Amino acid sequence: MSFLDKTARSFLLAELVKGFMLTFKYFFKPKVTLNYPFEKGPLSPRFRGEHALRRYPNGEERCIACKLCEAICPAQAITIEAEPRDDGSRRTTRYDIDMIKCIYCGLCQEACPVDAIVQGPNFEFATETREELYYNKEKLLDNGDRWEAQIAANIEADAEYR
Amino acid sequence: MTEDAAKEKIAPYTLNFGPQHPAAHGVLRLILEMDGEIVDRADPHIGLLHRGTEKLIEHKTYMQAVPYFDRLDYVCPMNQEHAFALATEKLLGITVPPRAQYIRVLFSELGRILNHILNITTYALDVGAITPSLWGFEEREIGMEFYERVCGARLHANYFRPGGVHQDMPKGLAEDIYAWADSVLEFVDDIETLLTANRIFKQRTVDIGVVSRKQALDWGFSGPMLRASGVPWDLRKSQPYECYADLDFDIPAGTTGDCYARYLVRIEEMRQSSKLMKQAIEKMPDGPVMVDDHKVTPPKRAEMKNSMEALIHHFKLYTEGYHVPAGETYMPIEAPKGEFGVYLVADGSNKPYRCFIRAPGFAHLQALDFMSKGHMLADTVAIIGSMDVVFGEIDR
Repeated sequence: MSFLDKTARSFLLAELVKGFMLTFKYFFKPKVTLNYPFEKGPLSPRFRGEHALRRYPNGEERCIACKLCEAICPAQAITIEAEPRDDGSRRTTRYDIDMIKCIYCGLCQEACPVDAIVQGPNFEFATETREELYYNKEKLLDNGDRWEAQIAANIEADAEYR
Repeated sequence: MTEDAAKEKIAPYTLNFGPQHPAAHGVLRLILEMDGEIVDRADPHIGLLHRGTEKLIEHKTYMQAVPYFDRLDYVCPMNQEHAFALATEKLLGITVPPRAQYIRVLFSELGRILNHILNITTYALDVGAITPSLWGFEEREIGMEFYERVCGARLHANYFRPGGVHQDMPKGLAEDIYAWADSVLEFVDDIETLLTANRIFKQRTVDIGVVSRKQALDWGFSGPMLRASGVPWDLRKSQPYECYADLDFDIPAGTTGDCYARYLVRIEEMRQSSKLMKQAIEKMPDGPVMVDDHKVTPPKRAEMKNSMEALIHHFKLYTEGYHVPAGETYMPIEAPKGEFGVYLVADGSNKPYRCFIRAPGFAHLQALDFMSKGHMLADTVAIIGSMDVVFGEIDR
């Protein structure tokens, strides 16, 4: 009986027909593709994307050049130089991140005691040349200004777990 | 053609397979000595993805070393971190809080499903079925979104730290994973409908690359490769780490040891992993996710900003790191691909003296020669697919 059954199934292409039926069923399932540049997948508040240097609400930059991020960076992608400013406060004169070296591990933002360096929600910063990915302080502060609203919202949303 | 020339032995034809071949699963370069279309000898050349991870780790503090483990087997990153975290904890003599253990198990099993989805579907692609990989990546994407929600990165997690896990799971994530653990079973059933009985898939896999029980043990196989040959060996059962001892699951084992058996074992492992994930969520207690010892784990941010002592700990940990007492340990875990182990030698400083990584794929790849001997060229592709090689961990 089992032999007959097996032969009949084999001749009728039973398993292939079943497979085709399944694929046909998938025709009517909702589409999962995203129309990318116009639609994007969801991102959590913890997302670690492009770096940004933040400012305090009064416009003063947060970074105090403690160099914890430089020390913890496993890829040694961060370079900082610091000097006292005219008003006597300590600030960076140079804050470079080599975005090509960076491995986006998030240790810099964990290490930062003043929430100055953060990894924001932006992941679309591909460039045509390598040079454009050597970020300097100006670029990072600019990022911070541009993304501040979202970065602040993300930190707020994730605050209880940090 | 004269009769003599016809009798003359034809030198084996040498074929260079990879490293750019899509069926080589990464950067495998194979030198195949062919007798017609039959493989005489397969010589894998490795090292094209060598990044010197083990040496680099010797120059990183224990906290900095964790991201390197994501980049070994980049298909299931958290499982590799797990081995390193456990090895470091063993040397430090600390035990992770129960909640962190359950979170670790939850994400290890999630990683196992993600790994098997990728392997089975691309394996099917290698032997001629395109649909599973199109569906599989959709399912895998959902799983990686869970990764992203918990740690902020879809792949390179940096989430399992020595001392626990980096942050607690956000609200609602456990429920979403629980629901997915159910729905992924439907996906596994669909894949089975497409492949398990399919005659083309069976013709390409049944009795291909047979490994006997003895051969599997002799060549140092582990994971699904070993279990498909009939050895029900799983480190989660044989030497349970974390909370695996409290969870109920079965170890699937095959009998034939061919490519088809390895496929079936992986399918069943996905079902078991889904069961484990649900159990882990059900049993997950409340509480801290990091050891409460700020000599090892950084204090919470609010605490760091208000307490001088916490701030000192924070600065100390993120510059110098913590010192691990001198000693050595080997900590294996059951990674999706097999036994992934970290042999850690600490000399009492803040950096490992030596960190040897035992990658399961390395042991499996060496068997490629005897597995593909006498098979056709196209069967070599099926064998590589069933081995589940990822070059991040093999070349390290």
